[in-house]
Amino acid sequence: MVTDGNNLSDEYLVEIEGLHFAYGGRVVLKGINLRARRGQVVAIMGASGGGKTTLLRLIGGQLKPTAGRVRVAGKLVNELKRRDLYRLRRRMGMLFQFGALFTDMSVFDNVAFQLREHTDLPADMIRDLVLMKLNAVGLRGAAHLMPAELSGGMARRAALARAIALDPELMMYDEPFTGLDPISLGVAGNLIRKLTDTLGMTSLVVTHDVKESFAICDYVYIMANGVIAAEGRPEDIDKSDLPFVRQFVRGEIDGPVPFHLPAPDYAQALGLEQPHV
Amino acid sequence: MFNAVYRSIGGVGRRVREGVWTLGYAARFFVAVLLRSGDLLRRPGLVLRELYYVGVLSVIIILVSSLFVGMVLGLQGYETLKIYGSDSALGVLVALSLTRELGPVVAALLFASRAGTAITAEVGLMKTTEQLSAMEMMAVDPVARVVAPRFWAGVISMPLLAAMFSAAGIFGGYLVGVVLIGLDDGTFWSQMQAAVEWHHDVLNGIIKSAVFGVAVSVIALFEGFDAQPTAEGVALATTRTVVVSSLAILGLDFVLTAFMFKG
Repeated sequence: MVTDGNNLSDEYLVEIEGLHFAYGGRVVLKGINLRARRGQVVAIMGASGGGKTTLLRLIGGQLKPTAGRVRVAGKLVNELKRRDLYRLRRRMGMLFQFGALFTDMSVFDNVAFQLREHTDLPADMIRDLVLMKLNAVGLRGAAHLMPAELSGGMARRAALARAIALDPELMMYDEPFTGLDPISLGVAGNLIRKLTDTLGMTSLVVTHDVKESFAICDYVYIMANGVIAAEGRPEDIDKSDLPFVRQFVRGEIDGPVPFHLPAPDYAQALGLEQPHV
Repeated sequence: MFNAVYRSIGGVGRRVREGVWTLGYAARFFVAVLLRSGDLLRRPGLVLRELYYVGVLSVIIILVSSLFVGMVLGLQGYETLKIYGSDSALGVLVALSLTRELGPVVAALLFASRAGTAITAEVGLMKTTEQLSAMEMMAVDPVARVVAPRFWAGVISMPLLAAMFSAAGIFGGYLVGVVLIGLDDGTFWSQMQAAVEWHHDVLNGIIKSAVFGVAVSVIALFEGFDAQPTAEGVALATTRTVVVSSLAILGLDFVLTAFMFKG
């Protein structure tokens, strides 16, 4: 059974319960519970390597959880058959960290890709739709360029135009602010908010950029050690007294997350001290 | 001492287990490629595009190499046949060597080096830069959209390239035997025509090259698809494509020859 009569699904597009995941023997997620209300921008934050991108891949069905459930639009993603999963993915969009544009196609063809693959629309209508999507991200003038000719910020915007080509219900962003200059940063944040509102999407933004994400999101989940350490509205998270949340939000060096990875004694490693017997 | 032996036996066992696992994964991959090729009948343009990159762009290296192979074959063959007074059979020697063995085998080795490595590097880099993941998330199956067209382009190209190799090689033999050494033109061609059989020699050569085409294409695509998503991973996968393809071609050639020409 891949659907259920849970009426929460009407209110929440994404519902995750008790999600566990491990890469081989390395446990990454240890019981994640998360919900994303329809029409909202939800930020998933946490330190690098904390399993945020893995969580997106579990929502998209690219990975299978070791335990727990992932429900999108009322469908249990981890129990869907391949055909049904692909059908559900047509209602999702994902922006990868570095865009993942097809390098052998122009920007125009990248954006047209899904329209050509999944619809029988005539070429002139596809052209109009592509130009509309590119216009929405401010790149109509770059339609003829190849991905190698774009800057990092432009490539991500082009990838965003591609991801929204079929007007998805759920849009997932994997580190959309990483490596962008201040202007591109503002443009990216503004686009995520504007597209979510105008297209009526639900957006999941995986990021560790506190300032930009707090400015645009409705709800925040903070992950630490494979679990949700805190959740709430940005203003509540900002005032949180939880040590990890304080350290993360304010970027403090001292706190529950140590600066040094576990290592042998420093003096001993430098040969200044004999090992204790 | 006991621990070292125990560890080395464990290491061998682990490698064997990994090898068997990879072989099984490759077999599943091959079956998946075949099962998801149906869409190409509706969209032959995808295969045609890959035929250009895989086949057409390999034509130059195939023709130039085969011309030299044929010329060397002409020189060496003439020197040997002359000893027995059979230099008039040079055309037969060149044609049979090329259509039965050198055409399919050398063309396949060149194909693995030129097109196979290009396929592995391209698919491996698509994986590294998350293009395959992006395609999956757009509800487009990468095996059907990326792998299958390249596979069929390789399978179709290989026999055609082998045929070109044989034809250009025979021309190289003709240049040396007739134009350079001065053998009789009519004897060269007529003996060849009399000795080379369509089914026994030409068709068997085509079947060989088609089998090599399947093997090289699957190996190249699998290595790219299975590559570690790092620069080093893609480099290793590309190297493995050449090594594994070459061994597969030579091994399969022995098996096929044993069945086809056992007398």
